[in-house]
Amino acid sequence: MTQTISEATPTATTPVETGFAVRLDQVTKVFGRGRGTPVLDGIDLTVAPGEFVCLLGASGCGKSTLLNLIADLDRPTSGTIEVSGDRPALMFQDHALFPWLTAGKNIELALKLRGVPRDRRRAEADELLELVRLGGAHKKRVHELSGGMRQRVALARALAQAGDLLLMDEPFAALDAITRDVLHDELTRIWAETGRSVVFVTHNVREAVRLAQRVVLMSSRPGRIAREWTIDIPQPRRIESTGVSELSVEITDQLRGEIRRHGRA
Amino acid sequence: MAAPDLTKTDPGIGADAADKHAEEDLAGLEAGLDALESYERERKPFSRVLLEKVLPPVIAILLVLAVWQIAYSMEVKPRYALPSPQDVWDAFMVQWKKGTVFDILWTSLSRGILGFLIAVAIGTPLGLIVARVSWIRAAIGPILSGLQSLPSVAWVPPAVIWFGLNNSAIYAVVLLGAVPSIANGLVAGIDQIPPLYLRAGRVLGARGLNSVWHVMLPASLPGYVAGLKQGWAFSWRSLMAAELIAAGPELGSGLGQLMDQGRDLGDMPMMLTAVFMILIVGIGIEMLVFTPVERLVLRQRGLATSK
Repeated sequence: MTQTISEATPTATTPVETGFAVRLDQVTKVFGRGRGTPVLDGIDLTVAPGEFVCLLGASGCGKSTLLNLIADLDRPTSGTIEVSGDRPALMFQDHALFPWLTAGKNIELALKLRGVPRDRRRAEADELLELVRLGGAHKKRVHELSGGMRQRVALARALAQAGDLLLMDEPFAALDAITRDVLHDELTRIWAETGRSVVFVTHNVREAVRLAQRVVLMSSRPGRIAREWTIDIPQPRRIESTGVSELSVEITDQLRGEIRRHGRA
Repeated sequence: MAAPDLTKTDPGIGADAADKHAEEDLAGLEAGLDALESYERERKPFSRVLLEKVLPPVIAILLVLAVWQIAYSMEVKPRYALPSPQDVWDAFMVQWKKGTVFDILWTSLSRGILGFLIAVAIGTPLGLIVARVSWIRAAIGPILSGLQSLPSVAWVPPAVIWFGLNNSAIYAVVLLGAVPSIANGLVAGIDQIPPLYLRAGRVLGARGLNSVWHVMLPASLPGYVAGLKQGWAFSWRSLMAAELIAAGPELGSGLGQLMDQGRDLGDMPMMLTAVFMILIVGIGIEMLVFTPVERLVLRQRGLATSK
């Protein structure tokens, strides 16, 4: 496990030009029996291996729906989604850890379902817990952990899956500001260490600018891609820094413009 | 040759050290946050548990005995109809000295346990199918709920005619009483699973039987255990009803038959002895088996209120 982590490190900082982690081609999703406004309309998006992309948008832009489609929890009405490699991991806003298992056993279950033999699971789970700095928490029950610790175990469980792609659906939205800030630093570090590709959904502009290499702004009803920004500010960034603030102002203005259109319509 | 090498590596070391410093900073920050947000729950001392959990029921029992004794002394009912606690105790000691108490208890208890286990073996797959297959649920869901409210005594006469006065009739009545509660408990448990767990299971790659075994069954455990507990109560109740009504040479003598015998002889202390033994077995099994299991399941999930 340690080896795969260190081997993958170079791809994290320099995304490979060729290939993709996930590629969406004209993805459209209409709920119900195909009538009414589509939730997602003609989404084209390619995420490179090792890339960190934030999907940003107001309520109703279908960003969570898009993650569900990529995670194969739902099917698009039309268009294609290609994921390279194994089933992508998905982290929810709620940790979604199983309360009948300990923190370590939650991770071991992910390893088991991936086909890791029994005698290797314990050691791999401990390494993943070590990675999220919860080395001693193997035997802890979910309810004994704080909100931030739960999300870190959930991250470790997601990393236990074989897939290269990590989907995150507002995973820090329910945390307090101090914890969220620390987890941003953690996520940046772990992303660099593991070289995973990340699609991170949020409605928090600063969070998106703090984390992502590329921010994708979505419009609402129907959900379309409105604009993209590539962010060159070197990591680790700080959410309070001038660079992050300035870009956040620009993106927020765009986002507000998108929202205003709905008032006029 | 050596000098350029040094200048090349020097800044590298500096950057590494800075990185390492930032890393330790973050680790320390995180450890601090974790420590602030975790707390150890202290255990109650044994003497307090004794005071809060054991004393109240003991006082309640003593009160009931006192009221009973007063009612006896005032002859609220004639003496043959309302014997004193002492009379009932004497009647129990008569049974005890005959050495039949354990036989009688075991006859009933072994039937109850065996009937309950068969009910679990039938009720569990039944509950799973009803919970997960919508047309089966539509077809037999209402019947299962209906059966649960039907007093199982009602099944005794038909069961005796179908199977004769033997153990088969008794087990049939016990099963008709217990299977619906167990199946319904599991259905309720599965219905209450947060959809997020099932989705999380799917993301992890649990489908089909894997999903049932690793997600659905453990997630439904609180409801299932409640169903099992109720299933035991129904088994025991149905068994007593069946033993009381269906008496015959093939059936041996259990608690129900002891009661019936008391009625035939007009021996009130003997009947009350049987009533208390039925009650004590029912409470005993619940306290020794189901309550600990239920508490374990809830405590593991952090659902047990620290009573």
